[in-house]
Amino acid sequence: MENFTPIQSLIGGLLIGLSASILIISSGKIAGISGIVAGLMQFKNTPKEHYLWRVLFIAGLLISSTLYALFTPLPVSEISASYSTLVIAGLLVGFGTRMGSGCTSGHGICGLSRLSLRSLLATMSFIFSGFVVTYVLIHVI
Amino acid sequence: MMKNMMTLIAGIIFGIGLILSGMTNPSKVIGFLDITGNWDPSLAFVMVGAILVGFFGFRKAEKTNTTLFNEPIHLPGKSHVNKELIIGSFLFGAGWALAGFCPGPAIVALGAGYKEALIFVVAMLLGMLIHDNLYEKLRK
Repeated sequence: MENFTPIQSLIGGLLIGLSASILIISSGKIAGISGIVAGLMQFKNTPKEHYLWRVLFIAGLLISSTLYALFTPLPVSEISASYSTLVIAGLLVGFGTRMGSGCTSGHGICGLSRLSLRSLLATMSFIFSGFVVTYVLIHVI
Repeated sequence: MMKNMMTLIAGIIFGIGLILSGMTNPSKVIGFLDITGNWDPSLAFVMVGAILVGFFGFRKAEKTNTTLFNEPIHLPGKSHVNKELIIGSFLFGAGWALAGFCPGPAIVALGAGYKEALIFVVAMLLGMLIHDNLYEKLRK
């Protein structure tokens, strides 16, 4: 438990909830990152409004670390996965979030904030699956 | 213009929230998922914080059903459950545990210049394209 950071994590969570609230109230859109990103890759007869808010939100995510670093040192992302593991993980995350219609943000935050049963089952599924895979990787293999 | 500005700011706040919360650190994510090992439950607090605020934001959105700029809000259904929802979420959880990245934090880490995040995000885009363009068509 030496890495336990409940206060920072809670404050980070409050900001994420604030962001999701701003987006739904101002644009009527759900802050589900997998859906926002996948929507950028639909190329058929799509009106400009379909892309604009997605590009702006993703641009905000991309510049957030630079803005953060202006005020306080950016925490390090400790990545232990090999390149081949990152590829397999990325494929699973991309395919799985599309098949399951959402990820940690869309289901875990927006869906649960709306008390959605569908999102509750999705969230329980990906967290359970994460527990099992982590157990196997760390304690079995 | 105002609406677009708010969308950009929402993206920035989301990213800063992810950084502050620890979600952009894969080793912290794996520490959260390792319940039988040296478990770090911090990331449960991210969800608590986000839902505490999000509950009121979405309640307002569902009550009024229009945005600040008087546009209609269309929200997805809440109760439709099928096997794709469960299987897809299982696959996602497996990938999340393998790398310690989910989509939002991976994009933030990409913005911070991590080569590993670039590899992950490119593979993620490919996985999405495979689902939306190959799998969905083969299924029909």
